[in-house]
Amino acid sequence: MKRFTPTIAIAMVAGLALGLGVVGPASAATPQKGGILNFVVAGEAPSTDGHRETTYAVIHPYAPMYSVLIRVNPDDPQSSGFVCDLCEGEVPAATEGGTKYSFKIRKGVKFHDGTPLTAHDIVATFNKIIFPPEGVPSARKSFFKMVESVTAPNDYTLVFKLKFPSGAFLPAVAGPYNWVYSKKDLDEHGYAWHQKNVNGSGPFMFVQRQPGALVEGKRNPNYHHKGQPYLDGFKAIIAKKMSVRIQAIRGNRAAIEFRGFPPKARDDLVAALGDKLTVQESDWNCALFFTPNHARKPFDDPRVRRALTLAIDRQEAAKYLSKIAIVKTVGGVVFPGHPLAATQEELQQLAGYGTDIKKSRAEAKRLLAEAGVTNLVVNYNNRDVDQPYKVVGTWLIDQWRQVGLDVKQTVRPTAQFLATLRKSKDFDVSIDWNCASVVNPIADVSKFLGGAGNNYAQYEDKELDAIYEKLLRAATVDEQRKLMRQYEKRALDEQAHMGLTLWWYKINPHRSYVKGWKIAPSHYLNQQLDTVWLDKSLM
Amino acid sequence: MYQYIVKRLLLIVPTLFGAALLVFFLLRLLPGDVCEVRLAGTGTWFDPQVLELCREELGLNDPLIVQFGDFVGGYFTGDLGTSMWTGQPITHEIGLRFKLSLQLAIMATLVAVAFAIPLGIISAVKQDTWIDYVVRAFSITGIAIPSFWLGIMIILGILIVTQNLFGEGWMPPINYVSPFEDPLGNLAQLIWPAVATGYRYSAVATRMTRSAMLEVLREDYVRTARAKGLAEKLIINRHALKNALLPVVTIIGIEFAFLIGGLVVTEQVFNLNGLGKLFVDAVGHQDFALTQQLVMLVVLIFVVTNLVIDILYAWLDPRIRYA
Repeated sequence: MKRFTPTIAIAMVAGLALGLGVVGPASAATPQKGGILNFVVAGEAPSTDGHRETTYAVIHPYAPMYSVLIRVNPDDPQSSGFVCDLCEGEVPAATEGGTKYSFKIRKGVKFHDGTPLTAHDIVATFNKIIFPPEGVPSARKSFFKMVESVTAPNDYTLVFKLKFPSGAFLPAVAGPYNWVYSKKDLDEHGYAWHQKNVNGSGPFMFVQRQPGALVEGKRNPNYHHKGQPYLDGFKAIIAKKMSVRIQAIRGNRAAIEFRGFPPKARDDLVAALGDKLTVQESDWNCALFFTPNHARKPFDDPRVRRALTLAIDRQEAAKYLSKIAIVKTVGGVVFPGHPLAATQEELQQLAGYGTDIKKSRAEAKRLLAEAGVTNLVVNYNNRDVDQPYKVVGTWLIDQWRQVGLDVKQTVRPTAQFLATLRKSKDFDVSIDWNCASVVNPIADVSKFLGGAGNNYAQYEDKELDAIYEKLLRAATVDEQRKLMRQYEKRALDEQAHMGLTLWWYKINPHRSYVKGWKIAPSHYLNQQLDTVWLDKSLM
Repeated sequence: MYQYIVKRLLLIVPTLFGAALLVFFLLRLLPGDVCEVRLAGTGTWFDPQVLELCREELGLNDPLIVQFGDFVGGYFTGDLGTSMWTGQPITHEIGLRFKLSLQLAIMATLVAVAFAIPLGIISAVKQDTWIDYVVRAFSITGIAIPSFWLGIMIILGILIVTQNLFGEGWMPPINYVSPFEDPLGNLAQLIWPAVATGYRYSAVATRMTRSAMLEVLREDYVRTARAKGLAEKLIINRHALKNALLPVVTIIGIEFAFLIGGLVVTEQVFNLNGLGKLFVDAVGHQDFALTQQLVMLVVLIFVVTNLVIDILYAWLDPRIRYA
C-alpha cells in the first residue's frame, strides 16, 4: 500500500508551540465502548441522498449511517490504497487485461430495517449512480466513464466490467458518496426516496433530524465490522458561524469539527485548552486557483497568462500565508505527495515555481511587454468567504501589482460569485478552486479540460484533451506519471490556462478524548465514525 | 372603532400583495440560484446535467409569471410550498423556528421593559442628577454596542471566567431544548441572547421613557396635581406614566416585531435555530421560495403589530378616536 504521508502531521499539542510534536497517527490504547460524540458541522444537508449531493454537509451527518463497497482505510486514511467495507478480504485486482473487477460480498450484512444486503443491492446502487434513468440526478456518473456494466452473478459476487483499463476506476468506486441503498427501497419507493429517508447498513442508525439544528444517530447493534462502532451514538450539530464552532470545542459543547479550522483558531484553542486538545493536520485535496478568462483580451494570449503565474512567489507564500490561511503546500496539478505528483525538481521546471522570484518577475514583465500590454487593469472576481479565498486573494493582488498590474477586486457572495463565474463570465481573472474527496489524480485533473463542467476559463485545448484521453487509459503508474507531467507542463506552463496558488491545508483541533479518528486528506473521507471512541479518562 | 379595525384589516390585503410582488421580482434580479449554490458551491466536480435537473425539479426554468402564480396561489390553497434547499414544507421550516424566535422576543422584551421603564422614570424624575447621568450613560452605551458583539463578549466572558474558576470552560448550550422539556436547559441557552438583545432594546426604550416622562411632567395637569397636594408617587404612577407610555409602547411594539425575524446576527452568534438564522440561510442558499415566505411573514408581523399598537393607543389615551 502506497502512502503519501510527508505532510501529515498529527500533532499532540500540550500547550506547546505549534508544530512541535509530530507524532504518528496511532493511538495504541484499547478502544472503550459507549458515549455520544457531539460534533459541529458548518452546513446543512440539502437532502439525505449522497448520490445527488456534492457537499460535505451531507457526508458528515449521514455517512455514518451507510456502508460503501470499498473505502479509504480508516486506520490509515493518508494511504493511497483502499480496504473493503462491504466486500470481503482484500480489494480485488483487475483481471482480463484490467477490464474486470470481481468483488466477494460479505454475508450476514443487514440494512437498518432488517433487510439482508446482497450483491444485488450494490448493483442497484451503482446502476443508479452510473446509469441513472432519465431525470434521476447523479452528480458523479462521469467518474465512471470507463464502466460498461455492473452485474451480480449470484447473491455474493459483484462484477464490474470496464470498457478500458483505468487507474481512475477504484478511486471512483471508493468515493465516500457511493452509499449502498437497498434494492427493495429503490424498487418500492423510487429513486427520490433517499432524499428524505435513511435506510443504510452503516455503523449508526438514523434517529432524528431537526432542520437547521442537528442530526442524530445511534449505534447499529448489527454492524458488520464486529465490535464496532464503539460509540453509542452521535449528534451532528449544525453551526454555521465559525466562532460558534470554535467556542463549542472550547466550551466542550462539541468535541470536534471534521472540516477544518484556520491556523489562528488552532492557536487560540491550543492556548485555551492545552493538553485537553489534540491537533491533527494534513495536506488537503483542495487546490486554490486563479482562472484567467481566455475569452477576454489580453488573457487570450498565453504570454499574459504566463506572466500572471510568474509573478507569484509560491515558495514565500507557503511560509507566510500558511500562518494565516488554510493553505500551505506548493504543488502542481496532482495532490502533493501522491505517486503521480511532481517532485520538487520537476515542479521547479514550471513557470512560477522557481526559487528566484526576481528572475521570474523580470520574465513576467518581459512577457507583458512582448505582448504589448501596458497599464493593464485586471477585473478580478473573488468570493466573499475569508478562508482561503479573501486571504489568498488579497495576497494575489499584491503579487500582480509587483509586475505592474492594476488589480480591481470585486468580492461577491457565493451565489453571485458563482453566477459571475458560470453565467455572466464578467471577469478578467477569478479566484477558483477544486476540492475532491478520494485522491484520484486522473479524475481530479479533469478540472483543466476546457470542456469540464467546473472549468470557467473558456478555452479549448485539443492537445491537452488528447493527453488526458491517453492518461485515462494508461494502465501502469509509470505511464500515468509520464503523461501527467506532459499534461501539467501544458496546463500550468506552456499555456498557463489556470494558475495554481497553493494546496489547502487541513487543521482539525479536537478534544483529546476523541480517539480513533484519523485525519484524511479530504474532509469528505473517513467519516463513517465506526472506529471512533471516547476516552472517558480524559473527559 | 370596529369600522376602523375592519378597514385596517382589509388594507392588509393590498399591502401584502404589493410586498409579494416586490419580494418576488427583486429576488429574481439577483444573479445565481439555489442549484448553483448547492452543486457548484462546494468546488467539487459534478455533472452539469444534474444542475439542469435540479432547476427543472424546482421550477426555476418555468416562466416568471408561472412561478409568481404558484407563489401567490399558495395563499389560497394553503400550500406555501417547499424549501428549495431542504425540500421540506416551508410551514414546517418556519413553524420549527417560530417557537424559539417568539420565546426569545418575549424574553428580550421582558428584560428590556424590566429595565427601561423604571430607569426611564427615575432618570426623568431625577433629571440632571448623578442618577440621571448614570442611566443616560447606560442607555447610550446600550445603543452604541451592537447586540451581536455583546453576544460574542458574553460567550467569551463566560468561557474565560468559568475556565479560570473551574478549570473547564462553560458555554451556553448550542442546541435548542423546549422550555416544557427542560426549563433550566432552555433558560441556560436563551437568557444570554435575551440579555444581549434586551440591553440594546432597553436602552432605546429607556431614552424614550425618559423624554416622554420629562415632557409629561411639565404638563399643566401634572402641575395642577402637585398644587392640589397629591403625593409625588401617585402623580407619577397615575397621571404621568400612563400618558408617557404612548411612544414607549410604540417603540416596544416595533422592536418586538423586529426581534421575531430580525435577530439575524445574534441568532448566528448564539447558534439559535430561529427565524433570523433561517433568513440568513435562505438568502445565502438563494432559496427563493423560503426567502419570499419569510419576508411575507415579517411584513405580516409588522402590519399586525402596527394595528395592535394603534388599538393600544386608543386604550391608553381615550381622547384618541378613529374615524
